[in-house]
Amino acid sequence: MSTPTNRAKRASVPESALLLDPYLDSIIEPADHRAIEDHTPQPDRFAQLDRRGFLRASALAGGGLMVTYWMPVREARANAESDVNPSAARENSFEPNAYVRITPDGYISLFATAPEIGQGVKTSLPMILAEELDADWNRVRVEQAPIDPQVYGRQSAGGSRTLASSWTALRKAGASARALLIEAAAQRWQVPSSECTTEPCVVVHPPTGLRLDYGALTDAAARIDLAKLAEPTLKDPKDFRILGTRVTGVDNRALVTGQPLFGIDQTLPGLLHAAYVKCPARGGRVAKANLDEVRALPGVRNAFSLTGTGMPTEVMPGVAIVADSTWAVLRAREALRIEWDESSAAKDSFSKASEQARGLGPRGAETLRETGEVDATFEGAPKTVEGFYSYPFVAHAPLEPQNCTAWFKQGAIELWAPTQTPDRALPVIAKVLDIPQDRVTVHQTRAGGGFGRRLINDPMCEAALISQRVGAPIKLLWTREDDTAHDFYRVGGFHRLRGALNAEGKLVAWQDHFISFSHDGKSPVSGGNISETEFPALLVENFHLSQSLLPLATPCGPWRAPRSNAIAFVVQCFMDELACEAGRDQVEFWLELLGEPRWLESGNPYALHTGRAAAVIRLAAEKSGWGEKLAPRHGRGLAFHFSHAGHFAEVAEVHVDESKRISVTRVTVAGDIGPVINPSGAENQCEGAVIDGLSTMLGLALELEDGRISPLNFDRYRLLRMPQTPRVDVHFVKSDFAPSGVGEPALPPLAPAVCNAIFAATGERVRSLPLVGAGFRTRA
Amino acid sequence: MLRLLVNGNRIERDDIDPDTPLLWVLRDSLNLVGTKYGCGIGACGACTVHLDGRPVRSCSITAKQADGRAVTTIEGLAEGSDLHPLQRAWIDLDVAQCGYCQAGQIMSAAALLAKNPRPSDADIAKAMAGNLCRCGTYLRIQQAIRKATSDKREDA
Ligand code: FES
Ligand code: FES
Repeated sequence: MSTPTNRAKRASVPESALLLDPYLDSIIEPADHRAIEDHTPQPDRFAQLDRRGFLRASALAGGGLMVTYWMPVREARANAESDVNPSAARENSFEPNAYVRITPDGYISLFATAPEIGQGVKTSLPMILAEELDADWNRVRVEQAPIDPQVYGRQSAGGSRTLASSWTALRKAGASARALLIEAAAQRWQVPSSECTTEPCVVVHPPTGLRLDYGALTDAAARIDLAKLAEPTLKDPKDFRILGTRVTGVDNRALVTGQPLFGIDQTLPGLLHAAYVKCPARGGRVAKANLDEVRALPGVRNAFSLTGTGMPTEVMPGVAIVADSTWAVLRAREALRIEWDESSAAKDSFSKASEQARGLGPRGAETLRETGEVDATFEGAPKTVEGFYSYPFVAHAPLEPQNCTAWFKQGAIELWAPTQTPDRALPVIAKVLDIPQDRVTVHQTRAGGGFGRRLINDPMCEAALISQRVGAPIKLLWTREDDTAHDFYRVGGFHRLRGALNAEGKLVAWQDHFISFSHDGKSPVSGGNISETEFPALLVENFHLSQSLLPLATPCGPWRAPRSNAIAFVVQCFMDELACEAGRDQVEFWLELLGEPRWLESGNPYALHTGRAAAVIRLAAEKSGWGEKLAPRHGRGLAFHFSHAGHFAEVAEVHVDESKRISVTRVTVAGDIGPVINPSGAENQCEGAVIDGLSTMLGLALELEDGRISPLNFDRYRLLRMPQTPRVDVHFVKSDFAPSGVGEPALPPLAPAVCNAIFAATGERVRSLPLVGAGFRTRA
Repeated sequence: MLRLLVNGNRIERDDIDPDTPLLWVLRDSLNLVGTKYGCGIGACGACTVHLDGRPVRSCSITAKQADGRAVTTIEGLAEGSDLHPLQRAWIDLDVAQCGYCQAGQIMSAAALLAKNPRPSDADIAKAMAGNLCRCGTYLRIQQAIRKATSDKREDA
């Protein structure tokens, strides 16, 4: 057997590196001295607890204690982040990572340092800190941290990494703050600190029965010599009081009473409203526009065209309308006539690309991985299976459309925006406005969904430029149509697959020709790449993965579970084809392929673990009643996928009537994400992932013709609604592996599970999404 | 002159174009931003409010059509600090993910319960079919509506 021919180092960070836990001792290099100095404002109040973490404690004016914790970070980070900016990799450095503020009244404020986009981190991350601090959750307030990378570190929501990357840091931070309070109490009582312990928000000394509330200790704690503090010990998980319990969202009350939490809700004195109209084909320039006419309309303050920077991630050419109210803007827009110069605009056609892709053979232009004797195995195999799979472009469609409120005055700008990457906006805005970065202030708001769209801050750049031009505070609001027409799409794609089975029905060869898109002819577009170790690469002896790239100008980007959201559909449906061809039970077929329990990439504890995979497959089978008989035209389908450090298996149960009307009646989810921080949030995320996955695979597809996307609004871009929602049962494997996020990895297995169930019910293979395009219908 | 009774408050304004969708009157002119914009064409339900007690998509109703009528928004659903049973159920069952659709969801559900205090699951699904949740919280929404109806009964 030949050795794997791994392709030369690519511009993007390899998949395996992206999944590393930046905080694991075995991976992190020793601290970089220069970086430490950068972040050491007051050496006397700043103690190195161990070689990996720094603690700073300070008294607050007016009483109280502020504890800050610095952790080393490794910036070959987030998948999503690297998708957007592959060169984001930086060396190790230290970042402030956790904040605790305790006031004398005993209330504890924890700073949430990651954007809340619906994934629940504003609740789950503070839970971790509160646990180790031994706080009483009822006395905890969660505040959104300001955006200042020097003080609050990097803040981003993407790649389901927020939880994994914060786990150790937050635990140590909480434990350190607790140790400080214990030390303060021990000194006051003149007893050894080793004899003291805590109950929620109280330090106690069991031998004497002495007790002091955390609030009473803040001043003393602020004076402790941190250098004398021993490294705090972390709690034994069996002593957890908060983690693993159902904690409801910290913003719930504000949400259900309609408080102004979102970007779109921001207001300012003298606020004007704005729209920015761009060419429907990306890259078109304004040739002519009836600006004078528009300026004369009621309520309109100004209308002007901008050439922008020509970068879709910043500002593309267009026409801005600024008016007194949203309605005045919308009405003026109706009257706006723009003649576009489309000489350099996108001309993409997905239907033409599909035709081209269908004509390609089993080997692509570039081999990504080849092991064993692929061609010979196929020639000699008693059974082979072939399939051509395709999936379309889809939009992020967060329910809150893109918006940003911006106020440029006296050479500085302040912005309020629902973004997944607030601090990454700082340098970009500075560049677009040509002002120093320290003149840019960003406030992050709650975001009405993200799904990856808000990793890119183009709406902020547009708002900044418009406000600078008019010298007034403006709120830029994209319409739903703008939001769909100017997305960074989940790219469509194609796979030509072949599989070979031996006489025992075992999978012995796998060949995948992946046909994707590229902007530059060299590397795939964001979200349109595949890892050379993608399942089942490391499990099949004779394996060949190649790719061909078709040209594309339309921008693409990470969409919930980037890559995996499409790859799982293809790979897991084809696995089912093979199992059926072999005449084998799917569960048995999968388990045979997985083999002995082991990490598939040694040294990478965030890689696929075959034992964890097998466990979730077994659990999903057991809980779904796998193997039990079903009525005619009913079927069950199984799929497994590993992504974002999460192992997920799902079983879907469907009914398809004679007229090809589908109802998905039940979905069983089995996941292993390590310890579950907040079961309420985690189950909600899983249900949401199932519904998102179903919504997308049933009915969602964007057409891309002549560089234009359609449809643009929800009347024809039909998201799933309540009557089509299946029952969803969520089960987690109890595991001691490091915790990981749940928002993304629960999504990918859904589509193949449903397609495999349709085959079981009808004998019809679905190889192209969405289902409505394949002649199926959904129940009203 | 536009006259509205909004959450029990009499509003009289002469600076509003009568063709303005009620949604923007609420959000821009009255600063009641709990009512959300999602599509502008009546397809998502994020902008749902009650007009004389009936659920309407405020993006698809003009100021003129609402003139002289009573409007209830999410801000006016609770009685003082006393939350509506649906709001309580929404908090307890931790329904929201991003939360953007939830004001509209709650307003649709409240209109349903006002008319039909004991809806069947089918009634619920039908009444809620006009409200999209991009995050996919439909199952918890169903549970919360059921919980609110049973809590209400206990109160009674
Ligand atoms: S904004 Fe009114 S229904 Fe969508
Ligand atoms: S909770 Fe996000 S749209 Fe419903």
